[in-house]
Amino acid sequence: MAAREIAPDTPELRERWGSFAFTAENKAKADKHIAKYPEGRQKSAVMPLLDLAQRQVGADTDTQGWLPLPVMEYVADYLGMPIIRVLEVATFYTMYNLAPVGKFHVQVCGTTPCMLRGSDDIIAACKKRGMKAGHVSDDGLWSFTEVECMGNCATAPMVQINDDNYEDLTAERLDVVLDALAAGETPKAGTQEPGRHTSEPAGGPTSLTEMVTENHDYRGDW
Amino acid sequence: MPKVTVDGQEIEVPAGATVLQACELAGKEIPRFCYHERLSIAGNCRMCLVEVKPGPPKPQASCALPVGEGQEIRTDSEMVKKAREGVMEFLLINHPLDCPICDQGGECDLQDQAMAYGRGASRYHENKRAVTEKYMGPLIKTIMTRCIHCTRCVRFSEEIAGADEIGALYRGEDMQITTYLEHAAKHELSANVIDLCPVGALTSGPYAYEARPWELKKTLSIDVSDAVGSNIRIDSRGREVLRALPRINDDVNEEWISDKARYQVEGLTRRRLDKVWIRKRGKLSEASWDEAFKKIAAAKPGKAIAAIAGDMVDCETMFAAKALLKACGSSLVESRQTGMDYDVSNLAAINFNSTFAGIEQADAILIVGSMVRWEAPLVNVRLRKAVKNGAKVFVVGPEWETTYPATFLGEDVSVLSNLPAEAVDALKAAEKPAIILGGAGFAMGGHAAAVKIAHDFNMVKDGWNGFNALHMAAARMGAVMLGFAQEGGIKDIVAAKPKVVLALGADEVDFSQFEDALKVYIGHHGDKGAHAADIILPAAAYTEKPGTYVNTEGRVQMADKAVFAPGDAREDWTILRALADALKVEVGFDSFDDLRAAMTTEVPALANEGEIADYGTLAASVKGDTTPSGAIAYPIKDFYLTNPIARASVVMQRCSNELVLGETMAEAAE
Repeated sequence: MAAREIAPDTPELRERWGSFAFTAENKAKADKHIAKYPEGRQKSAVMPLLDLAQRQVGADTDTQGWLPLPVMEYVADYLGMPIIRVLEVATFYTMYNLAPVGKFHVQVCGTTPCMLRGSDDIIAACKKRGMKAGHVSDDGLWSFTEVECMGNCATAPMVQINDDNYEDLTAERLDVVLDALAAGETPKAGTQEPGRHTSEPAGGPTSLTEMVTENHDYRGDW
Repeated sequence: MPKVTVDGQEIEVPAGATVLQACELAGKEIPRFCYHERLSIAGNCRMCLVEVKPGPPKPQASCALPVGEGQEIRTDSEMVKKAREGVMEFLLINHPLDCPICDQGGECDLQDQAMAYGRGASRYHENKRAVTEKYMGPLIKTIMTRCIHCTRCVRFSEEIAGADEIGALYRGEDMQITTYLEHAAKHELSANVIDLCPVGALTSGPYAYEARPWELKKTLSIDVSDAVGSNIRIDSRGREVLRALPRINDDVNEEWISDKARYQVEGLTRRRLDKVWIRKRGKLSEASWDEAFKKIAAAKPGKAIAAIAGDMVDCETMFAAKALLKACGSSLVESRQTGMDYDVSNLAAINFNSTFAGIEQADAILIVGSMVRWEAPLVNVRLRKAVKNGAKVFVVGPEWETTYPATFLGEDVSVLSNLPAEAVDALKAAEKPAIILGGAGFAMGGHAAAVKIAHDFNMVKDGWNGFNALHMAAARMGAVMLGFAQEGGIKDIVAAKPKVVLALGADEVDFSQFEDALKVYIGHHGDKGAHAADIILPAAAYTEKPGTYVNTEGRVQMADKAVFAPGDAREDWTILRALADALKVEVGFDSFDDLRAAMTTEVPALANEGEIADYGTLAASVKGDTTPSGAIAYPIKDFYLTNPIARASVVMQRCSNELVLGETMAEAAE
């Protein structure tokens, strides 16, 4: 697992984020999350709230977003829970970024199925663009993390960029995706294999073949 | 009550018990790291694996498994042996092999259990994990590479201390125990995590590299830093006390002690009075015992002799002083140094009647003028438990940081005669209502009003006594039992114009009241009392003499002598005995045993070690105004510096600077 470190507590950090507060829209969302839990258990909403906070920081900085310490303190305060408990949650789950990231956070899966299907090439392609672990590229666009299994083994190798997965990659296909992102476009998420829709077997379906074009009632065949 | 079989032995265990508890009842030792009787169950160390049938065919963590009827538990099978060896091998993978330089060595759970349940050798040849040290304040030294992630410290600070400040960051192999941004652990019980830590990750900072456990002489003692009377063990080597550790006593301190109780012993070697001093022309100069006694005799006190007892003296010393004064024909004895004059005619009205264990059952508690967290940290732990059980707490006095939800009713003691509806309703509805009257409450004259409230809200009934006085001085209850109190407090003594005033470790007295008297300080530390004294007679601190102490709930406890007093210092009673000869009076005892026998003849309750003295029923009313007024101010301004021993301790000074005054000390200072 990638080593993660909390961004240091500096006066600059305090100055930049010390006055962080949810926007009206996020506040409404946060309160909706909190309302899901019974009285006295409000702190159970810490995970969605941290996510909201991370997204708001992302919107402010035009990146994927991350969690500066004052922001975590704000969330702790919002839920009336000790800050150390919030920090425990934020450091446990890798989808909370503890340090600034770029506009696009490229998370490459390097676990065995992806590795067997060529994730090394994907990583090399990322490195070629100047990405390296725990670092934001000079243009502020990219940050890179090698992660463990993201559950897309059927369409390996894959990367996750912000909220979308891009699967069935080769170095070339990844370049197309990254170029499109850099150009401000929205490339198609999911599999990049031409002719493939989702994670059906490569080379066409081998079972339930009648179901491909229309809904078929198999019950008569039993 | 389910019946289970442990290693072929059939036993009945209470419903809801865990398999681990069942095994313990059967007399089997189950190794464990994360499980602790007084903390919640975590089940993360896996050391307590046993074989349980019926169930999955694999070893199970006994600490987290409730017993079921007819379970067959095996702790001696091949499976269990292998499981323990496996867990131990995994735990040791990332544990450094630094026992020779580790302070936990000799009292380390991991070391002991590795010997008893581990394999002989390691099969691990990769690099070990290393973790950076974390700063946790001046008391706790951390070597986090040794941590095995049992999370006892996290659970302690969250559940017992009520200060959520230690946490486990990151996950898996990267998990690290730390405080938020490595701030110092800032509560009064923080150092208990040192005892809880089963390995050498959290060790005692001030005691670092001082001694090995097997070199130490262990003496059973009683803590005198507050009126709780925590049971402690004094570990000494040669003539030096090296550390104080808690002893288990479920009625008093469970198994915790405050940081002050633990670390004030460091002050026992500093600023000590180890010679006789006499003030000559305004300046103290060294003298002999003979000179000092002659000078006291030359003052010809006759009946005009008074004794004021300090906060940490034992009953024997006070009794000896009282006997001396009685022989001189005087009864001018007082222990409430700061001039308080509450009514002591009914001891039940100045006692913590609910008892510490009992207060946990209270369901509505009114605290009057007590910052419990600083005045009696271990009572605060009990109050936290009561609140967890559903009790409501109301506080009269300035706000302080409680470790449980509490409602502050105002700073003025006049609130007592006009309680807000919220408090009235809660106290009326409560089955076991209680009131806790602290030192500041006494000082503002809240005594009579508190007794009235106790009766008004029916706090004293069959099987429950909710009237509680929370004192701060270890000597207080013993002193009043021995009659060490005047009706008008110290004012009466001043009015009697004594020629000689014996200050028995009394450091909080305003000695300017006794300008014409010869002030004789009999004590162990060069503090305020010694500064004001004309003659200083060096005496023994609480670790250097046997003694009887009565805590604020009236529990009589005895401490043993751990070490000898330094230099010329003598045990207090021998000084008073010698003084009797100098004054040519007869006190009637020549040995400590005689003294104790004489004392228990006069106050028989003092002979019942460990028991709560019977003070009878709470008086219907006590002397004083039932409608007092005035703003309450807590007497303790600094938790770490409340007595001369603590004030002499460098460790306590540092705690005070860093934790109370907030001065940031460089971490480099270690």
